[in-house]
Formats: sequence, structure tokens, C-alpha cells
Amino acid sequence: MTIDFSQAPDTQVAAASGRTFLPSYDDDAPPIAPRSSLGRMTPDELFVRAGSWLAALGLAWITTQRLLPLPGVPWFLIAFFVFGILATAVTTAATGTWIDVKDRVAGAVITGLALVVGIALVAVVTYVAVKGFRPLLNLNFFLDDMSGVGPKDPFDEGGIRHAILGSLIEIGIAVAITLPLGVGTAVFMTEVGGRFARIVRTIVEAMTALPSIVAGLFIYTVWILALGNDRSGFAASLALSVMMLPIIARASDVVLRVVPGGLREASLALGASRWRTVWHVVLPTARPGLATALILGIARGVGETSPVLLTSGAAEFTKANPFEGAMNSLPLFIFGGVRSGNDVAIQRAYGAALVLLILVLVLFVIARLLARPRRTTTRPSRKARS
Amino acid sequence: MSTILPDLDRAGEVDVTARPISRRSTGADAVFAHGARAVGASVLVITGGVGLFLGLQAVPTFQRYGLAFLTEQQWSPDTDVIGIAAVLVGTLQVAFVAMVIAFPLALATALFISEYAPARIRATLVSLVDLMAAVPSVIYGLFVALLLMPYAADLSIWFDRTVGWIPLFAVPGGNADAPLPALSQYGFSSFVAGIAVSMMVMPMACAVMRQVFSQTPPGEKEAALALGASTWGMIRTVVLPFGRGGIIGGTMLALGRALGETIAVALILSPAFEIKWSVTEKGGNTISSLIANRFGEASDSQLSALLAAGFVLFLITLLINTLAAIVVNRSRSGAETD
Repeated sequence: MTIDFSQAPDTQVAAASGRTFLPSYDDDAPPIAPRSSLGRMTPDELFVRAGSWLAALGLAWITTQRLLPLPGVPWFLIAFFVFGILATAVTTAATGTWIDVKDRVAGAVITGLALVVGIALVAVVTYVAVKGFRPLLNLNFFLDDMSGVGPKDPFDEGGIRHAILGSLIEIGIAVAITLPLGVGTAVFMTEVGGRFARIVRTIVEAMTALPSIVAGLFIYTVWILALGNDRSGFAASLALSVMMLPIIARASDVVLRVVPGGLREASLALGASRWRTVWHVVLPTARPGLATALILGIARGVGETSPVLLTSGAAEFTKANPFEGAMNSLPLFIFGGVRSGNDVAIQRAYGAALVLLILVLVLFVIARLLARPRRTTTRPSRKARS
Repeated sequence: MSTILPDLDRAGEVDVTARPISRRSTGADAVFAHGARAVGASVLVITGGVGLFLGLQAVPTFQRYGLAFLTEQQWSPDTDVIGIAAVLVGTLQVAFVAMVIAFPLALATALFISEYAPARIRATLVSLVDLMAAVPSVIYGLFVALLLMPYAADLSIWFDRTVGWIPLFAVPGGNADAPLPALSQYGFSSFVAGIAVSMMVMPMACAVMRQVFSQTPPGEKEAALALGASTWGMIRTVVLPFGRGGIIGGTMLALGRALGETIAVALILSPAFEIKWSVTEKGGNTISSLIANRFGEASDSQLSALLAAGFVLFLITLLINTLAAIVVNRSRSGAETD
């Protein structure tokens, strides 16, 4: 088709225009076809899904308990999962296309595997709680230490006060060392910058790869063997610091880098000096993120056994001075108890594991609360980012 | 109307000079910059010093044993035969088993959280996965060593019976067809240790993957759905290609962590110094559990050998982490991840 450009555009439109007929709508009339609900399952679909899994339950029971010599709950669960997916595929294929089958099966597999992970987490927590609650029922478990208490003595004697105190002291010293150094390095890398900062960043990122046991071995060789110090809580803190420093520095670096540049520029434009900008604008903005980085670092450090195993030694009595002599801590107490092979000691180890788990949980909840964006009353609160 | 100019006193003019503009910081700023630089330098010295020290300590061992240090299987300092071939293979086996288990679980969990889970519970699920990452490894070790071990041994027996012709699953000493196969032959293996390590590293890989998946441009996802794709079709054509960098990077980060895990392995694996092609056979060793078991009675030269082993482990982990960082940064999706 050729367009005649000699004509004025107005005349073209005028020639093409006719009448517009508006369709008449009857608002009260029922829709021609039932509207398919988006996002919600139709009864048909629901039936196919639930029915497949019910069928799988029966099939799994018959196969594992009656037909094949595969007794036991694990085989039953595996068979249930496999049959469930097969049944889903078959029932979907009865009504749908190959694409529907793939979609359903993929959904079932992904949901099933995610469920496995959830069950694993619940199982770990429940298992430790069930095995470890017995020693916790005696208050002396928290208030006493193991000095003069034999490994086979009942639970109303002895406790883990020394391990709890040791863990807190060691992690406290480690935080006192790593927090200023880690956040200071992050500030240097983001706010000062330059070629040297790039070198520091490269090295710090490389050192996050350091296995924790090697950090412990380093302190053991240098601090204890070469410098001739005793094994002590302080040596354990040093080992934990070597391990945590790159982690905290890197996490803080990530947090500081996402502080909006506009805030920095606004502060500088108002005439603030650079350190005032850092102190009054950058760090307060990043505070929740920094707190999260720190607490996740602590949660990691407090449960880390291998550096402590090499450097602190295990004392049986309470000690508040980290600089001399051996000092116990929760992970070390658990490791020692399990290694001893004694039933009562293993039960005590479970009790200590439960305490450690609760400690990590509490730290974790604190981190989550701190990481939540602060609600301001003056501004309409934006929807929290996931 | 006319504009009235202010009557400036030109005579008594104050000497106004332009403020000198320079990039050089003065006063408190100089203190700040130098202080920050000093902190950075000290951290550089500390962390770099650790790496340098390990490398230097490893030198005498490599001079003494040469390449045989990497090929010798035995670790018997009394007869002056020291090598890390067996522990190196053991480390890789445990990490391999851990990744085989952890990878599909992490991928599925990340996809479930970002694509399938209702938006209401998404934040809770994310916290749960992070919580799983924070559980101390000694607790996973306890859980697997004392609860899961018999079931894992059952599985090993079944593997031996059905696919025993694959060297990976064959157990030379065990008799799977016996009425009551000896659990001691099938437990305490790299396979069981790998299960514990997989529970540890899975949440880490999952966190990275989920973060990348959640950054998939919603427009592209909606475009796929609007063109008639099913949920799985949308995931396969949009989310997975977009998140490829995150999947690879997260897996490698988890692998780096799996190689260095000590306590869960030391609790489960019974030490043995020979290369075993089977992962389900009892016994094995990893570099980190070797260090944990042997540092106590070590003499100076043996300590240097342990440090050399640790240095090799560090180099492997470093290589893997660096590759992971490159993969994540190169990919389109990695722009926002750390």
C-alpha cells in the first residue's frame, strides 16, 4: 500500500472516520463462562493433588511393609515421596498436557525437598531439646561447675557454669578486638578508598577462606609454642578473633557500601568534614546492618569448636581470669563429653548443646530485631523489604 | 522604577581571598584518614601475616619431603613418612558427598522460598534458613553421629547390595548379604560425615541462591507468565538463567566451607590413612580432622607438616572462593550480591 503524502493529514483522518458503535453491556447478566480464579486452586486441581499423595501413602505402605523387605520408617518415607511424584505425574497426564505434567512434578519435587530441609531443622532442634532437657531441670546445672564431680555423677551435682562463663569471656574479648578493627577496616575501605584500600579488601576477602582450624593452629604455633604462653582463654579469644576478623570486616564493608551516596554528599555539601560525615551520617545509617553483621559473626564464633580446641585447654572449674591457665567453653565441653563415650557425660553434653542452641537463638532473634528497618512516626512507613 | 544598588564601601575593603580548594584533607580529617588507613594497614598485617606465616612454615616441610608430601598416603612421623594424599582425597570425598546432598536441597529450598511460598511466610522462611546456618556445627555433628548414623548405614548397605559394582559404593570388608550386616563396617564413613557437613553448608548455599533469585526482574517473570508459561516454565526460562551466577557462586562458597569443616567430621569419621575409593566404607580422614587429632602430640617438625597441610587446605579454599567471587561478579545477576 502506498501512502499519498501530497494530501493533508486532516483529510485522511476525515475520510477514514465513520461512526463508532458502542457495544451494550448488561451488567446484571451472568458471565458467559465462569471466571477462572487466578492464584487459587480449582476443586479439580485440589483433588488431583491431594488424591495423588493419599494414593502414594497407600502404595508406599503396601510396597515397603508388605511386598518388599524394606521395613522401617526411612524407606517408607522415601517410597512415599517417589510414589507421590509418580502419582502426581500420572493424574496430571490424564487431564493435562506434557507441560502441565512438568509443572506439577517440578512443583511437587521443589516443595518436597524444601519440606525435607524444614523437617531437618525441626528435627535437629527437637532432638537436642529432647535429649538435653534432663540436666537442665536441675538448677545447679547453671550454677555449678564440674570441679570434684566425676563424669558419672548424677545430674544434681556439677554443672556447666565454667563453660558458659568461659564462652562468654572468650567471645567478649574476641568482639572487643574484632569490632573496632573490623568496622574500622570497613570504614577505611569504603570511605577513604584508594589503591591501598583495594589491596586490603583483596587480602581480607581472601582470608575469609581461612578454615577455622587453621586459625586455631596459627595461634597455637605462634602464641603458645613460639612465644611460650600457656593455653588460656585469651589464646582462644585470639584464635576466634583471627577467624572472625575477616568475616566481620567483609560483612561491614557490604553494609557500608549500600549507604546511599546522596546522604554522604548532602552531609559534605552542608560543610561537614569527612570524619563528621562518617560518624554522624554513614555509621548511624548503617547501624542496624552493622549490628546484624556483628551478631551473626558472634553466633558463628560462639559455636566454633576447632580454634578453641587447639588453644584453650579444658578446665573443670570456674575461672574468670582469661590470661592464665586452661578455660572451658560450651563447644569444647560438648566435644569432650561426646568423645568420652560415657552415658552421663553425653547427656551433660546434650544439655550444654541445648544451652548453646538457645544462646545462638537469642543472639539470632536480637539480630533480626535490630535489622528491622526503624519505623518513624512522621513519615508513612514504607513496606518492609524482604 | 530603578534598581538601587547597595552603597558598598569600596574604600575600606576587606581583603577577601578565595578559599584554597584542595583534595588534601586538613585537621581532623587528616587524622581520620590516617587513622582509618592505620586500622586498615594493621588488619592487612594481621590477616596477611597469617597467610604469610602459614606459607613460610610450610616451606621446610616441602623442602624435606618434596612432592612426596602430596603423593604419600601414610602419616607416621615416627618412621619419618609423612604425606597428605590420603587426607586430601578424604577431604575432597567428604566435601563431594556434602555437595551432592546439599546442592539439590539448597536449590529447591531457594526456589521454594522465592517462587512457591506464599508471600506472607516468606520472611519467616528466610529467617529459618539463616537460623539453620547459625546452628553450631558441633550440634549437627551430634545429631548425625548419634541419631542418623544407623539409618545412613542402612542406606550404605543397600547401596552395597544393589550398586556395589560401582567402586564409590562398594565396601570391601563388609558383607551386605549377611542376615545382620555389621553396622560398624558401614558407619563412621565419609558418607555419614558428608551428611553432617551438608546440613551445615546447605543454608549457606541456599541464602546466596535465594538472594539472587529474589533479584530476578519482575517484568521478565511477568512477561513469561503472560505469554502462557507455567510456573515451572517461568522458573526454567527466566529465574534459573538469571540466577546461574548465584547458583554456581553459592555452591562454591558452600564447597569452600565444606572443605574446612572440622568438628562434625572429627566426631563421625574414624581416622584411617589410606586412599579409599568407596565413600561408604568405614574410616577416612580430612585435613582439618587430621590437625584436630594430631596437634597435641606433635613435635616441631610434625607441627610444621600439619601447618603445611593446613596451608594446602587454605590454598584450595582460597582458589574455590576466588572462583566463586569471579563467577558471581561476572554474571548479570551478581551485581547486587556480596
